[in-house]
Amino acid sequence: MDFLRPQTWPEALARKAERPAAVPIAGGTDVMVEVNFDRRRPEALLDLTRIPELTGWERDERAIRIGANVTYTRVIEELGAELPGLAMASRTVGSPQIRNRGTIAGNLGAASPAGDAHPILLALGASVEAESVRGTRLIPAVEFYVGVKRHSLAPDELIRAVHVPLSPGPQQFSKIGTRNAMVIAVCSFALALDVPARRVGTGIGSAAPTPRRAVAAEDYVSGALPWESRDPIPDGVGARFGELVAQTASPIDDVRGSAAYRRHALAVLARRNLAWAWKEYQCA
Amino acid sequence: MTKPLTSTSRAGGVGESPVRPDGPLKVKGEFAYSSDLWIDGMLWGATLRSPHPRARITGVDIGPALAIAGVRAVLTHADVPGDKFYGIDQRDQPVLAIDEVRYQGEPVALVAADHPEAARRALNSIEVHYEVLEPIFDAHKALFDPTSEHVHPGTNLVRHQPVRQGDPDDPAVRAQCAVVIARDYEVGIQDQAFLGPESGLAIPSEDGGIELYVATQWLHNDLAQIAPCLRLPQEKVRMTMAGVGGAFGGREDLSMQIHVAMLALHTGKPVKMVYHREESFFGHVHRHPAVMHYEHGASADGKLVFVKAQIALDGGGFASTTPAVVANAASLGVGPYEVPHVKIDAYGAYTNNPPCGAMRGFGAVQACFAYESQMDAVAEALGMSPWRLRQINAVSEGSTLPTGQVIDSPVPLSEMLDDLVAMPLPPSEEFDLRRMPGGVSNTTHGEGVRRGVGYGVGIKNICFSEGFDDYSTARVRLEMIGGEPAALVHTAAAEVGQGLVTLKAQIARTELGIERVTIAPADSRVGNAGSSSASRQSYMTGGAVKEACAAVRQRVIELAGAPADAQLVGGKVVTALGEVVAQLADVLGDTAIEETREYRHRPTERMNPLTGQGNSHVQFALCVHRAVVDVDVELGLVRVVELAAVQDVGKIMNLLSLEGQIHGGTAQGLGLAVMEEIQVANGKVLNPSFTDYLIPTILDMPPMRLKILENADPHAPYGLRGAGEPPTLSSTPAIVAAIRQATGLALKRVPIRPEHLTGTLAS
Ligand SMILES: Cc1cc2nc3c(=O)[nH]c(=O)nc-3n(C[C@H](O)[C@H](O)[C@H](O)COP(=O)(O)OP(=O)(O)OC[C@H]3O[C@@H](n4cnc5c(N)ncnc54)[C@H](O)[C@@H]3O)c2cc1C
Repeated sequence: MDFLRPQTWPEALARKAERPAAVPIAGGTDVMVEVNFDRRRPEALLDLTRIPELTGWERDERAIRIGANVTYTRVIEELGAELPGLAMASRTVGSPQIRNRGTIAGNLGAASPAGDAHPILLALGASVEAESVRGTRLIPAVEFYVGVKRHSLAPDELIRAVHVPLSPGPQQFSKIGTRNAMVIAVCSFALALDVPARRVGTGIGSAAPTPRRAVAAEDYVSGALPWESRDPIPDGVGARFGELVAQTASPIDDVRGSAAYRRHALAVLARRNLAWAWKEYQCA
Repeated sequence: MTKPLTSTSRAGGVGESPVRPDGPLKVKGEFAYSSDLWIDGMLWGATLRSPHPRARITGVDIGPALAIAGVRAVLTHADVPGDKFYGIDQRDQPVLAIDEVRYQGEPVALVAADHPEAARRALNSIEVHYEVLEPIFDAHKALFDPTSEHVHPGTNLVRHQPVRQGDPDDPAVRAQCAVVIARDYEVGIQDQAFLGPESGLAIPSEDGGIELYVATQWLHNDLAQIAPCLRLPQEKVRMTMAGVGGAFGGREDLSMQIHVAMLALHTGKPVKMVYHREESFFGHVHRHPAVMHYEHGASADGKLVFVKAQIALDGGGFASTTPAVVANAASLGVGPYEVPHVKIDAYGAYTNNPPCGAMRGFGAVQACFAYESQMDAVAEALGMSPWRLRQINAVSEGSTLPTGQVIDSPVPLSEMLDDLVAMPLPPSEEFDLRRMPGGVSNTTHGEGVRRGVGYGVGIKNICFSEGFDDYSTARVRLEMIGGEPAALVHTAAAEVGQGLVTLKAQIARTELGIERVTIAPADSRVGNAGSSSASRQSYMTGGAVKEACAAVRQRVIELAGAPADAQLVGGKVVTALGEVVAQLADVLGDTAIEETREYRHRPTERMNPLTGQGNSHVQFALCVHRAVVDVDVELGLVRVVELAAVQDVGKIMNLLSLEGQIHGGTAQGLGLAVMEEIQVANGKVLNPSFTDYLIPTILDMPPMRLKILENADPHAPYGLRGAGEPPTLSSTPAIVAAIRQATGLALKRVPIRPEHLTGTLAS
């Protein structure tokens, strides 16, 4: 196994173009587990940790561009106020050690249906900045996940950054696990209110082959909420929203939970997330 | 080479809490565990395991593996030098599978190679041809369905142990009952979940023998099993304890010991073996899963009239310690209660499920979940508080167990329950997400959360039971070193994290009146210490060190010409009245005084095979728990808010270690209550990793309130009572009872999953 250590971003892109089979490694919290368990024996590792361009984040008026090597800990500490949903999701990841090393880009690269960053990225309409020697493109999160642990990066592409819209509205994220910390999601749910657009965004995790939006639920609830009056959510709307979210999922029975439980829990989480976000909106 | 730990410390006698010598090293990551063993030029051993729970082996081709560069040996059962079978109780387990495999993960072949990667490749190149058979995975069927196939020729029964007292089926007895509760219970497979994988180093020696460095719970029992398989006399197998990364029963059976030694003898080179994490789940026995049917009858005033129970324990492919686990479940099957009429039948079964054996609590855990659940059900049916019902039936000193054994030391259960109930309940707290079920996973802000309180009581036998010749050996040497009196304490007892090295030094300090004590590494150059299990080492090895010290002291007193009742205090020989007779320095001069002693507890008897009668146990230990839980009843998520416990330990030898044992045991019981399970389908393990075998984190284990009592056991050294296991028993039923109270659900199985609480189990 070769260990490639590019020092600059152009060098990294060049290496990836030369050796598309080289596996990028950032925090290594997914890659090293796979290597240790002998599930993966890449011909080369492409270490991205020395590349200064990937370690920062920047803001314009519409979005925050988070460099690929920004860790969960930094998201929580530096971006908690502006990206509350992503910070909530980050707090649920692993343990302090994992949050100190693991990155959002790594979560995207692994593309696990259970990755905790995905639901809120979907709910917010984030996009992935992919780059190769051929150029740069922005891949909307909904198009990024294409199958179980599969994404839509080309073999020569690397993730440069994630663009997360600065959503003018409350955000929530919830994750079910069978212990109170350090657990892979049995299922998860994220919700974001886009107040100016009068839209509710959603993301479902760990309840389908890929993370996915609950579009029918979004359409329904966006139209059913009393945006102008800020009145309480009308009776039955939360429950119906939950039902529609649950219907969008296509969960399986596995060691972590039953399909029936996942559907049930998603309905509860969707209803609760909506109530919390709406309350925040009412008080704003 | 990485040296086993020798520790010298100075402070702290019996009753104090000196810092444990291995503590700072472990905290800083500097402690050498068995997986850290290293010697130049060593080879790496690896094990090929059966992917099938049950299959016939029709052929093994090692040729392709031997052809790989760097591979030094590939061995099968044909290469086992001596006996082909070993086992802790019955020699029924092949060193390497012969013609048949009986559980998923059973070792089939071994490899030694220059590099672990080459060893791994070689494993993949060994061709084993299997004729896959339908596994026998339903213990109940295996035991009671006459049409069931057999795991071992002619039988699926490892042991059946009845207990008979009075007659629960007598209509006159039944007529005394105001309530009769009959229910089924189930306990899933719990794992010891120790963090240090099975590992060791074998170094061939010039005399044809072997030096073996392993992390085990019982050096001499390992030795007795290893030597015949290697066709070596025991003296030629020199065993040294390597750093143990947790045990909890899972290192009582052999894992890689014989294998690594075979590879070293075969290649003539040192060989190291380390299981990887997934492999470790197949490399040791687990806690027996249990299917239990209990029937309790009680009179209107809450007195238990009868208990009937059928307990089926699934031992998996081999006997391991199943016979003794069955005996515990049977003899302790009604709990610490006085019951006039008892009919218990405990069974241990062979199946093709993962092999099960010793784990903290050892047969008493499974029964405790069932009988405590029954006590709650009886209390509810009678409209009585659960702790009051327990008090009404509680044993006390002088009570007779259903085995006919009279408890002849303090067991103040009723008082312990008074203490427990008197402890304040946790105060109501301000909202904090971290204290909600689900924690920062943000699943509730209070919605659906209901609080419940529950109680649990358990009784555990301490030391080995049923007539076993249970002893420990200690060698103590006293001499002047650098002008200071110093003791060297040598035993073969395993420090598995419980703090025994600290305790041995405390005892030596107290008995010899000195400060400086060195604990030699545990090895087989000193006599048998017995196992670090059954909560027995403070009692047994503590007892042996105490006696060896007393023998040394006797000789010093004689040398000093002091009266026989003189003592050693502060480096001096002192009369009973406190007069200094001599300085130790003067008495000892250049001589070293060394004494070795074996310590035995009083003898026990086998349970009568038909009635279960007999004084089968040495000592009884009780712990009682109160659990307070918050349950999100909509999502089925649980947060244990507080656990309170009262335990009687006879004598607090080291408060810090003791609290650690109670906290840890309680946490392990919490794990069984709400998360820990090896999930098995058709004999195959579904979750062999810490990704999906969940153990409690610091956010799952709440703070504890403890009250520790010291009612001495007159038969035990210092009056102490073994303390490591009892908390593991009672915390599980207490938590389950609290969840029942919060949810109103019957909950007959542990661990409880969110599906059980929300009615969403997979069909
Ligand atoms: C103990 C433990 C607990 C965990 N708990 C959680 C949890 O609670 N929730 C959760 O979601 N995850 C969890 N994980 C998984 C992991 O930590 C996360 O997925 C994390 O986000 C991965 O980030 P990383 O930087 O470590 O990725 P790495 O392991 O370095 O890489 C992960 C994948 O992304 C690719 N990659 C990395 N950077 C780039 C890039 N710039 N461009 C293209 N591809 C790239 C890699 O090739 C690889 O395929 C846990 C892991 C461990 C070991």
